[in-house]
Amino acid sequence: MAVSRTYIPPRLTLPVGDQDHISGAPGASVVLVEYGDYQCPYCGAAYPVVKQIQQELGRSLAFVFRNFPITNAHPFADWAAETAEAAGAQGKFWPMHDFLFEHQSLLGDEAPFTKEESRLGLDVSKLGREVAQRRYASRIEGDFMSGVRSGVNGTPTFFIEGVRYDGPAEVGALLSELRRAAKTPSAR
Amino acid sequence: MSKTPPSKPSILRAGERAPAFTLNTTPDQAVSLKDFLGRPVVLAFYPADWSPICSDQMGLYAQVMPAFKKFEAEVLGISVDGIWSHLAFAKDRRLNFPLLADFEPKGAVSRAYGAFEGRTGESARALFVIDRKGVIRWSFLSPDGVNPGADGILAALEKLE
Repeated sequence: MAVSRTYIPPRLTLPVGDQDHISGAPGASVVLVEYGDYQCPYCGAAYPVVKQIQQELGRSLAFVFRNFPITNAHPFADWAAETAEAAGAQGKFWPMHDFLFEHQSLLGDEAPFTKEESRLGLDVSKLGREVAQRRYASRIEGDFMSGVRSGVNGTPTFFIEGVRYDGPAEVGALLSELRRAAKTPSAR
Repeated sequence: MSKTPPSKPSILRAGERAPAFTLNTTPDQAVSLKDFLGRPVVLAFYPADWSPICSDQMGLYAQVMPAFKKFEAEVLGISVDGIWSHLAFAKDRRLNFPLLADFEPKGAVSRAYGAFEGRTGESARALFVIDRKGVIRWSFLSPDGVNPGADGILAALEKLE
């Protein structure tokens, strides 16, 4: 039948794997995937929510971030995604990811981000070159298209154990869904 | 057997011929479905311009356009908004496909596709993939408030090949 009558949330078409940025153990009881855009204000609002969830669930949670830059609405989203990926290539994805979200309002001015890159001990000139050359464009595009094929329709979009989460991006609601979906009771 | 309440739109389904239409996209430019015979067409009916969510459905389609183009597909957005609203909205969101104004008589094309929401007087959030011969091959009515994204469209376009 061509018309869907009962609503079935879409599922992640690209499983979490070695290509991903994973915070926490891949074998954790529950895996939360976010498709996000560093310039999207709703992702900025979801950032402390995810932090709090990570604190609550500790080792039983694995958190994965995939890029979904909405470049026609957010002119610095792609630059920010490239910056996080280039930092990631030097082993500092998560510190740069955090800094980008914590300083979202500064996007457009490269100076504070360059300063942070040096503070993190990164090779700043290499990083700047890679961002200018859009060195990680195909990876970012791959993240984006995997999101499109998985039913990501805006940012942030979360998947819990591979199933799209359509509830509010709030600590209580996300936590209860994560606990419900957890593979082992340790997360509950 | 349908349990759909009468107020709910009942959209045309796969296998049905796509109803012909001609609608304005600018004050002096009209678009007809038959202009696109020989190419797949994606019709995206949506309730209103200026949707407040972070990346609205139409903005997403603009960004997914390279993937649609791999199938030579034309994407047409349709709502009951007038052309001036469409033009401003398309410019603001940098849309790269036409928005058609189903404005007068209001919602007539949306109704022909069963994609008119009488309760709100707006088009329903309904998607149609039409093949090169003008036959609907896939349709989808999105639940209230859910952006249907692009995955269903891409899967349907793949099946046309």
